[in-house]
Amino acid sequence: MRPAARAPALRDPWWLAAPLVVVALAFVALFLLLPLVAVFGYAFEKGWDVFVAAITEPDAQAAIRLTLLVAAISVPANLVFGVAAAWLVTRFEFRGKGLLVSLIDLPFAVSPVIAGLVYVLLFGLHGWLGGWLAEHDIRIIFAVPGIVLATVFVTFPMVARELIPLMQAQGDEEEQAARTLGASGFSMFWRVTLPKIGWGLLYGVILCNARAMGEFGAVSVVSGHIRGLTNTMPLHVEILYNEYQSTAAFAVAALLALLALFTLLLKRLIGWRIERTVPANAPSGEPT
Amino acid sequence: MRLFRRQALPGFGLTLGLVLSWLTLIVLLPMAALVLKSASIGPQEFWAAATSPRALAAYRVTFGSAALAGLVNLVFGTLLAWVLVRYRFPGRAVVDALVDLPFALPTAVAGITLTALYAGNGPLGRWIEAAGWKVAYTPSGIVVALIFVSLPFIVRSVQPVLEALEADIEEAAATLGAGRLTVLRKVILPALWPAILAGFALAFARAIGEYGSVIFIAGNMPMVSEIAPLLIVAKRDLRDYGGASAIAVVMLVASFTALLAINLVQLWLVRRRSAKAGR
Repeated sequence: MRPAARAPALRDPWWLAAPLVVVALAFVALFLLLPLVAVFGYAFEKGWDVFVAAITEPDAQAAIRLTLLVAAISVPANLVFGVAAAWLVTRFEFRGKGLLVSLIDLPFAVSPVIAGLVYVLLFGLHGWLGGWLAEHDIRIIFAVPGIVLATVFVTFPMVARELIPLMQAQGDEEEQAARTLGASGFSMFWRVTLPKIGWGLLYGVILCNARAMGEFGAVSVVSGHIRGLTNTMPLHVEILYNEYQSTAAFAVAALLALLALFTLLLKRLIGWRIERTVPANAPSGEPT
Repeated sequence: MRLFRRQALPGFGLTLGLVLSWLTLIVLLPMAALVLKSASIGPQEFWAAATSPRALAAYRVTFGSAALAGLVNLVFGTLLAWVLVRYRFPGRAVVDALVDLPFALPTAVAGITLTALYAGNGPLGRWIEAAGWKVAYTPSGIVVALIFVSLPFIVRSVQPVLEALEADIEEAAATLGAGRLTVLRKVILPALWPAILAGFALAFARAIGEYGSVIFIAGNMPMVSEIAPLLIVAKRDLRDYGGASAIAVVMLVASFTALLAINLVQLWLVRRRSAKAGR
């Protein structure tokens, strides 16, 4: 163990540094590492065959398919919204911009359960639009559209949040140059902006995807828990666990934990790439 | 020197239209439906639902556990940020990446895993119960789940501030003969407080809304270990939509107040610091 390179006067002696590191690592081991290891431990408790059987039975397969479908709709929707919001906020000055940014962040301050509830109040059988929807035989609550809406709500700010600080730091010089040289709005965006923000965009998409596939509270309120139809992977985990099929529950949970590990790895790799795309001496938040 | 004339970039109308309509459709209309619903039941019924003994107990459990988990993370999260920034040790990059695990791991997965670990027959629960204490299926379990869920907020809030902290003031203090403890108290902590508080507020706002990781480990006994989000779900299951909305509105007001209060405290701390520096 050695202290980070610092002036000698600030280097903590080892007898101070060592116990601090040990306490911090013990905390991480107990609260983060142990649960992560335990998911896989419980999943493979009864061997590989039981694990494979648990994730290949029809209800589990249906849950996996639904989770992929929900992510495949909600992530692109948030991607388009996130890019538009970041462009609007970082390239233009207009009244009410601060309010707009707060409203975009609003879903992060709302409990997932409430995110589910608002759609039940709007589209549920007893909701404001429930009667009209029932007349036209459109199902949103206890059906896939409701699950998608709830997922879009809880992931709403994720792409925009990653892009806004990045685009703020990058400034708009290149876009200005492209326009001066006669590029159309579309080709400016496609050839200049998109390559510039590519890694940041991917970063936001990966975080958004992890949340979309793992969301539990909001989805649980609107799903109705119909096996094989409206059960996503996290809901399937809950049902198995409550039916005392603990090993099967942990098998599906292990797939989700793998997704989490994959997300952390990609996040780290992309984080390093982004640091290189923003020069260290870049002016932050250049006024436009 | 500027080689070209600055001009307005395209896309203002397009992006403004897109953002406003999507925001209205996904967030504003549904939130308005919630507020309308809670208003439609009339002030008396709203008050009765929002302040029933069961609801009050649920607020106590929710806010109490969230505050306790936040305090634990305030200490250990700040320590973790300090250790990650200031010391180099084997596995530091892995630990740094692991801090984000609660952001990436689905809450239901965290919930069943923590329950299995802390239950009476689990590897941790066995020791804890031998010591005469119970975590799983008690309010303590809620705190454990919330510590897990809200840890990254404090670490990720303090870490960048600690990294950006200029060494020169610290060095000057040390050169003038201040001990490490004095430097920590007079130089480092004052600079970190706004970040620590911001992290605490984010952690608290997240924790009071948390559902997935808590319901498995909590035991969910009304009046004892029932959190407010679960009470909302219970009311929805009974088709008591008015009552569910009333509690939801109370929870929303609570998390907005927490975030606003911390913003104000932060502003005050920053002002006080710059006023001192200006003297």
